[in-house]
Amino acid sequence: MKKYHLPLGLIGLFIVLTGASSLDLFSDYIQTVLIYMGINVILTVSLNLVNGYMGEFSVGHAGFMAIGAYITAIITTRVIPHFVFGAPLIPTGLYPPEVGTWAEGPVVHLVFPVILLIGGLGAALAGLLVAVPSFKIRGDYLAIITLAFNYIVKSAFENTQALGGSRGLTSIPRITTVPWVFFWAAVSLWAIRNFIYSSYGRGVLAIREDEIAAQLMTVNTRRSKILAFCTSSFFAGIGGGLLAHLLLYINPSTFSIFKSTEVLVMVYLGGMSSVSGSLLGAIAYTGLVEVLRPLDLWKWVLIPLLLIFLMLFRREGIYGGREFKFLLPKEEVRAYAAASD
Amino acid sequence: MTYVLQQLVNAVQLGSIYALIALGYSMVYGVLFMVNFAHGDVFMVGAFIAFFAATLLKLPFVPTLLLSMLGTALLGVTIERVAYRPLRDAPKLSVVITALGVGLFLEYITLASLGPWRRTLPPLLPQQVYEVHNVRISALQLVIIGVSMGLMVLLDFFVERTQEGMAMRAIAYDQFAVPLMGVPVNRIISLTFAIGSGLAAAGGTLFSTAYPIIEPMMGMMIGWKAFIAAVVGGIGSIRGAVVGAFILGLVEIGTGAIFPSRLRDLLTFAVVWIILMIKPTGLFGVARRQKV
Repeated sequence: MKKYHLPLGLIGLFIVLTGASSLDLFSDYIQTVLIYMGINVILTVSLNLVNGYMGEFSVGHAGFMAIGAYITAIITTRVIPHFVFGAPLIPTGLYPPEVGTWAEGPVVHLVFPVILLIGGLGAALAGLLVAVPSFKIRGDYLAIITLAFNYIVKSAFENTQALGGSRGLTSIPRITTVPWVFFWAAVSLWAIRNFIYSSYGRGVLAIREDEIAAQLMTVNTRRSKILAFCTSSFFAGIGGGLLAHLLLYINPSTFSIFKSTEVLVMVYLGGMSSVSGSLLGAIAYTGLVEVLRPLDLWKWVLIPLLLIFLMLFRREGIYGGREFKFLLPKEEVRAYAAASD
Repeated sequence: MTYVLQQLVNAVQLGSIYALIALGYSMVYGVLFMVNFAHGDVFMVGAFIAFFAATLLKLPFVPTLLLSMLGTALLGVTIERVAYRPLRDAPKLSVVITALGVGLFLEYITLASLGPWRRTLPPLLPQQVYEVHNVRISALQLVIIGVSMGLMVLLDFFVERTQEGMAMRAIAYDQFAVPLMGVPVNRIISLTFAIGSGLAAAGGTLFSTAYPIIEPMMGMMIGWKAFIAAVVGGIGSIRGAVVGAFILGLVEIGTGAIFPSRLRDLLTFAVVWIILMIKPTGLFGVARRQKV
C-alpha cells in the first residue's frame, strides 16, 4: 500500500485545491501568489535540468517561455475563435467581444491541457536550436548562444506585426487556475525526477562530470543533450503558456533577459542538481518577492544582495545536491541507506 | 560611396566604444577565467559619475573623463575584493552568479536612489563638423575615436612591455605556477579590475557624449553586446576583443543601414550565432585543451 501514498496524496491535494478555489476559500491575491509559485516551480526545475544536472550555463530560459506563451495565446485568442465564430485570424482592429466567450464553459479545462502541450512541443522544437550548437560549444560560449537565442526570440516577436509587434497579444482568456498549476508543477517535478534517474539522465550527469569519459562509456552524448535541452524547454513552454493565461496579455518584453535572470536566481537559491531544491527555491523566492513588496524598488536592491551573500556563505543553495526522501525513487533510497551503513 | 564611408565612420565610432568595454571582459577573463557580468553596470556607473562631474562640479571634458575613470576603477577593485575574492577557490559558476547579483545590485541601487529619469550630459566637446569629400565627421567622433585608440595603444603597451603586464599574461597562461614565481597574484588581479573598470568608464563617458542619454539600465544591453564582442573575438584575447568590437560595430551599423533599424538587434545576434557556429572559440580564441 505504501507505494500509493504519494500519488494518493497528490490526487487528494488536487481535489482539495479544486474545491477550495471553486468555493473561493482563498482571496484572489493568495490564488495569484500560489499560481506564481507553481509556475516558478515548473520554470526552475526545468532550468535546473540544464544548468544543474547537465552543468551548462543557459541564460535564455525566457526565450522558450515566450514561444510557449505565444503559441498557446495564439490558439486561445485567434485559432479557436476563428473556427468557432469565424473571426479573422489576424484581427485588424479591436477584438470582437464574443471572442473570449468560448473560454467560459467547463469545456475549456478539457482543451487547455492539449493547448499547453502544443505550446510545450513548440518550445521543445526551439530547444533543438540550442541543443545543436551544444555539440560543439560548451561553457561561456554556449551561454552566449542561449543569450542570443533569448534576444532573437524577443526581437522576432517584436518585429512580427501580425502578432501585435511590441504591443503583444491582448484579451487572453483567464484559464490558469490553482489546481491546474498544481497539476503541471507536479507533472514537471515527476517527469524531470524520472528523467534524471533514467539511463539518459545518468548519461546527462556523466556529461557534466566529463564529456569525453562519458562518450567512452558509450553514453550517446548528442542524444542525451538533445533530450535534456528539449525536455527543459518543453516545460519552459508549458510555464510560459500558464503565465500567459494568468497575465491575460503578453508582450515581448515580458520575456526579456530579466525574466531569465530571475529563473536563474531561483535555481541557485534552491540549489543546483536537486529537484527538491528547485521546489524550495521557487517557493521561497516567490514568497520573498511578495513579502518584500512594501519595499517597492528597494526590493530589487535587497534580492541581489541576498544572492551575493548566499554565494559567499552557503554556496550550495538551500538544498543543493540533496533530495527529499519522497522525491527519490525507491532504489535510490535503498542505495543511500546502504551507503550510510 | 560617400554613404558607405559615412556609415564606416559611424561603425568605427560605435566599435571603439564597444572595444573599451569588451577589453574589461577579456582582461578579467584572462586572469580569473570568469565572466564579469557586472561589467556593463560598471560602465553605467562610469557614465553617471561623468554626468555628476559635468553638471555638479561643472568640470570640462578631460577632468570629467579622468574622474569617472578613477571612480569606477575604485568601484571595480572594491567589487573584486568584496564579492569575488572570497570565491577564488569556489566553482566558477558561483562567481558568475555573484557577478550577476552584483550587476543587478548596481542597476537597482542606482534606479532606487537616483530615479528612472533619463539624464543628458551637457555638451562638453565643440559641436564642430568637418567635411572631407562629402563625408561628415564631427569633432565629437574624432575625439571618441582618438581617445579610445589612445587608450588601447596604452593598454597594449602596458600588457606587452611592463612587468605588471607580463605578470597579467603569466596568470592567464598558468595560474598555478605563477604564485610560485613570486608574482603578487592578488595585487595583479586588483590592478586588472582597476584597469578594466577604468576603460569601461572611459567607454561610458564617451558613449554618453555621443548618445547623450544616461539611465540606470543603460549598462544591460551595451554590457551584453560588449561581452558578445569579446566572445566573438575570442574571450581572454585582448586584441581579439578589439577586433570583435569593431566587427560588432560594423555589423550593427551595416544591418541598420540596409535593413529597417527595428531588425538591428535581431540580425546582430543572428550574425553572432553564425560566427560561433563556424568558429566556436571566437576568431582569436584558442581552444583550451581538455584534459582526459
